[in-house]
Amino acid sequence: MPAIWAIGEIADGQPTKLTLELATLARTLAANSGGEARTVLVGAGAAAAGTAAATYGPAVLAVEVEAGLSDRPVASVVAPRVAALVAERMPDFLLIGASNDGKDVAGLLLGLTDLPVLVNGSGVTWGDGAPRVEMSTFGGKLVTHSTFAGTRGMVIVRPASVSAEAASAPGKVETIAVSVSAELPAVKVTGNVEESGAAAPIEEARIIVGAGRGIGSPDGLKVIEDLAAAMGGAVGATRAVVDSGWVPYGQQIGQTGKIVKPSLYVACGISGAIQHKVGVQTAGTIVAVNRDADAPIAEFADLFVVGDLFEIVPRLAAALRARKSGSA
Amino acid sequence: MNIVVLLKAVPVVGTERLDSGLLTDRSVQLEANGNDEYLLEKALKLTETHGGETIILTVGPGGSTEPIRKALAMGAARAVHIADDAIRGSDMRATLDVLAAALRKMQPWDLAFCGADTSDGQGGVLGAALAVRLGLPYLSYASEIEPTDAGVRIHRINLTGYDILEAPTPAVVMGTQLLGAPRYPSLRGIMQARSKPVEAWSLADLDLAPTTVGGGAATTKTLDSTKPPERAGATFVREAPDEAVARVVEFLAGRRLI
Repeated sequence: MPAIWAIGEIADGQPTKLTLELATLARTLAANSGGEARTVLVGAGAAAAGTAAATYGPAVLAVEVEAGLSDRPVASVVAPRVAALVAERMPDFLLIGASNDGKDVAGLLLGLTDLPVLVNGSGVTWGDGAPRVEMSTFGGKLVTHSTFAGTRGMVIVRPASVSAEAASAPGKVETIAVSVSAELPAVKVTGNVEESGAAAPIEEARIIVGAGRGIGSPDGLKVIEDLAAAMGGAVGATRAVVDSGWVPYGQQIGQTGKIVKPSLYVACGISGAIQHKVGVQTAGTIVAVNRDADAPIAEFADLFVVGDLFEIVPRLAAALRARKSGSA
Repeated sequence: MNIVVLLKAVPVVGTERLDSGLLTDRSVQLEANGNDEYLLEKALKLTETHGGETIILTVGPGGSTEPIRKALAMGAARAVHIADDAIRGSDMRATLDVLAAALRKMQPWDLAFCGADTSDGQGGVLGAALAVRLGLPYLSYASEIEPTDAGVRIHRINLTGYDILEAPTPAVVMGTQLLGAPRYPSLRGIMQARSKPVEAWSLADLDLAPTTVGGGAATTKTLDSTKPPERAGATFVREAPDEAVARVVEFLAGRRLI
């Protein structure tokens, strides 16, 4: 009867999409192992966010925190409270999201609890007494499965590894107090700066239109954005485009950016260097638009349109819009 | 200000493979992990401006020498290389033990830098765990790092911009590509690197028993590895734009993607 906990995150008072995916996954693993699932939410507004998370099945442990900690990075507040709960209730396995805050929580928990950790999970099933974790290794070159040698551990789960599905019956929300023997060494958040151009996380997009050096200038980005809008997708970019300052780093796909797995990737003016390839080669379908038919992206694209992206991409956007309005 | 840069020697991106024991084969040519090089560059800039030394810390097999030499050629003052056959196959916890022991032995330093993740592991958790083990502040996802009177200030990227974080030093900082592109070693740097010290440490130097690390002590294990199905190869569309677009639409509709 393993106890499996999804460690969630709260954003704008709500559980994040990744949290709902983890709650769904915890519920499935509990059902397949005869175990028990919980969703843990730590932070201001945890009880309110817990009501939304509970519709995904597992009962929610909601831990409110003192207002005096609001100037600390989220992970440094969450991790010691989860560690204290883990010491008290001894769950067997934790599922943690592979967001920036999630990975920080997992790393701090590793230091605090010494629990074994498997990172970069792209799928989790119940195996032989422990989760069996699928990973896309070396940028998608290999698919590996790993597990724990013992009966406890934590798994870091990538976004969109499972679909969040509400349960037939919601779980309860239990608001609990957790006392922490010592806070982590102080780091203060002393300011926040909003920057324009922030977009939804591209890891969650079903369709991504990628911009490479071939767009030539920031103006060239407009046709890419327009195609993304026509497809209901997000804009991604290569490192060269991000280094030029045309697209924010959060949208960079590749070795030092995001690793994404959309159903459709449309690569525009992208040669397909290995550093980019490792970020996107597990996409369901890849369509390339490039003037150079010998570009390396030919090796991993499904359809390769040999042509000038400025002639192809606007026409494609127009054709998709015409098709949509025609079928409506 | 002295800065230790944790530099992982990873297989050259694109050439990675697993060995018969399902461990990353690190007998192939190794290069500095891409994300670690951004931190190295930032460390070099900071120590050039504010004084002090940039020191490289690498845990890895003999093939790590080349990326270490390159880091020294870029401007790092010296390096510590922990190479011990017993470390092979270590899990996260054992890797953490080794790095924490090394960082303790290397004290005093002001900042320890690590990259956001590695191209062969993609964990991104060791920096945080190290900070906890060492009892130090942890600052992550830095797009900017600057010293303050009493410590360090960073910009931490988020979905809408960045937060400004401050902490006293010593501290552990994890950073991103936004710190700036790494420099190329100069010819002079390459010459100087030959005489820079690289200390070789073993587990015994860190007072760690070989039985506590490596594959035998691992708490996680890889069960199997398969190659994903090969893509069938690209179908080329070479028609004029209007006709080409019609073919793309047909293709996407056929796969129910639009």
